[in-house]
Amino acid sequence: MWEYTDKVQQHFLEPQNVGEIEKASGTGDVGSLACGDALKLTLEINADDIITDAKFKTFGCASAIASSSVLTEMVKGMSVDEAAKVTNEDIADALGGLPKEKMHCSVMGREALEAAIADYRGLILPMAEGNVVCECFGVTDLEVIRTIKESGLRSVEEITNFTKAGGGCGKCEGKLREILQETINETTDAPVSVKPKRMTALQKIKKIEEVIEKEIRPGLVKDGGDIELVDVDGDFVIVSLLGACKSCNKSQTTIKEYVEKKLRELVLESLIVEEEN
Amino acid sequence: MSSLNDTVVYMDNNATSMVAKEVVDSMMKYFSESYGNPSSMYTFGGVVGEAISKARSQVADLLGCTPDEITYTSCGTESDSTAILSALRSYPEKRHVITTRVEHPAVKSLCENLEIATGRKYRVTRLKVDSEGMLDMAEYEAALSDDTAIVSIMWANNETGVIYPVEKMARMAKERGILFHTDAVQAVGKIPMSLKDLDIDFLSLSGHKLHAPKGVGVLYIKKGTLFVPFVTGGHQERGRRGGTENVASLVGLGTACALAADNLAEENGRVRDLRDRLEAGLLSSIPEAILNGHKTSRLPNTTNISFKYVEGEAILLHMNRYNICASSGSACTSGSLEPSHVLRAMGVPFTAAHGSIRFSLSVYNTEEEVDFVLEKMPAIIESLRKMSPFWKE
Repeated sequence: MWEYTDKVQQHFLEPQNVGEIEKASGTGDVGSLACGDALKLTLEINADDIITDAKFKTFGCASAIASSSVLTEMVKGMSVDEAAKVTNEDIADALGGLPKEKMHCSVMGREALEAAIADYRGLILPMAEGNVVCECFGVTDLEVIRTIKESGLRSVEEITNFTKAGGGCGKCEGKLREILQETINETTDAPVSVKPKRMTALQKIKKIEEVIEKEIRPGLVKDGGDIELVDVDGDFVIVSLLGACKSCNKSQTTIKEYVEKKLRELVLESLIVEEEN
Repeated sequence: MSSLNDTVVYMDNNATSMVAKEVVDSMMKYFSESYGNPSSMYTFGGVVGEAISKARSQVADLLGCTPDEITYTSCGTESDSTAILSALRSYPEKRHVITTRVEHPAVKSLCENLEIATGRKYRVTRLKVDSEGMLDMAEYEAALSDDTAIVSIMWANNETGVIYPVEKMARMAKERGILFHTDAVQAVGKIPMSLKDLDIDFLSLSGHKLHAPKGVGVLYIKKGTLFVPFVTGGHQERGRRGGTENVASLVGLGTACALAADNLAEENGRVRDLRDRLEAGLLSSIPEAILNGHKTSRLPNTTNISFKYVEGEAILLHMNRYNICASSGSACTSGSLEPSHVLRAMGVPFTAAHGSIRFSLSVYNTEEEVDFVLEKMPAIIESLRKMSPFWKE
């Protein structure tokens, strides 16, 4: 069972502002039946740009309904400019928090609000113009990038929790990782490496080969040494040190402190590197 | 009716079941009174060994086999893994497994691991199902090959209750010299079985689905079948499964199997009637509700109904206000983002898959409970539909 806060339960069991405003000033329609949740938000906005009424219709789970309900309560009385600044984190906070797997419900609320405001202003949403990354849930790269930045996401799993991207067939996992890596590099000074959560044996071996070739060998060659990948057996990576490294009495340190550290950092945390006997 | 508001209306017996009072009574003695180790040399341990033997006979009687074909395990999942991995180790040259697209995660995940974690060393054929959840025998026959090590087909599906023709499928496998395993976790106690007359080599069952405690299971291994243990250790279970016996639970499982044999007629009589009453009532009182799964080739206790345009978790949480317990195949209840793999394999449209609710009854349910559910459900569905942007009055 999900751990929902009292606030979520309250808004789910007694949702506020259910319905649809006739002749709405702005309408936001997001999500779909296939996706498992959808929200239609209608706003009434007066001549002073103040939101005087908000109503919703939602298809979805308890947190989707609660997010919609609390959102309508929040924006009533706000100016359109103020409402445009509401983030998914604000919606989740107003509910006393959401389980992390359910954060996408708050994102849906923010998206509907944005769409309704854009409709009111007669604008086209920039998010809809991006390229679709996740075909299962129709999520674009622009939406992913924005959520990474806004919520400080650091893993593909988090991207899935917040945007649903990658939660279907999983084929876009690689693409999501690239976007995450690029977005993090762009926003922070120290690049963080993003590792895949699961790899097939083949992917693992390929990646190990790649890292040895590009990241490890150049450093050793500079010192007159060399390295060869002998075998990969589960998490055990068997290598052979050549050239100057072979006779070096620090070879064990090289293996553990340099090769293993690099492979763990760039391929998989669980790898153990050993020298061929 | 309001009196029921304070008590739990439990209709989720395919998830787990109440431990029967008779079962608890039979177990108590083996905690602090007769707590000896059955492997010990003294009488204080020996009597415990006798109790386990008696339980083994009770399990064998329910399955229609001999006690020496029964190996105790910790759960249905362990039994499934043991059977399939044993077949692959017994015939290392064979690299193919046949299963279905609607298996329980216990078999489904194992098969995925066989493909992916071994770097595609094994090939898995997953048989398709039609819109009623039934298999295509021609597809099955064509899939059987000399490379097939084992076939693993569930006897009855946990989500829809659909029953598969495992007797016939086991015979077809046997004719080709291929081992056959069935996950019968949902079927045991609801379908009469006589394994001595069938070509099934392995069968898994789980205690907690038939009113025994959680943490105890059985793997039936047909006499003469090649077997390689999964959990090795001591000589328990004649070397087929190491580890000190879960004595009290095994005794409880024996009692539960004896009870299940006595209750088979009631399951297929009174419980079926209750299920039919619930199903017919829901389908007639709630518009746009559809039954998932074959109408007749089905367990007597299970009904899986989709309420279109509403979402399962929301339905369950409203039912929870009345202490009505059931399950959903919606994405949100599983923590994944996609609805049940079983319903998707059957081609149930998304409009319906997200709003599926499974009711699974037991001999402990009453007519009054069924009527209580029938009274509450229409309003729950209606209130959620009023909120749904897809619902048109």
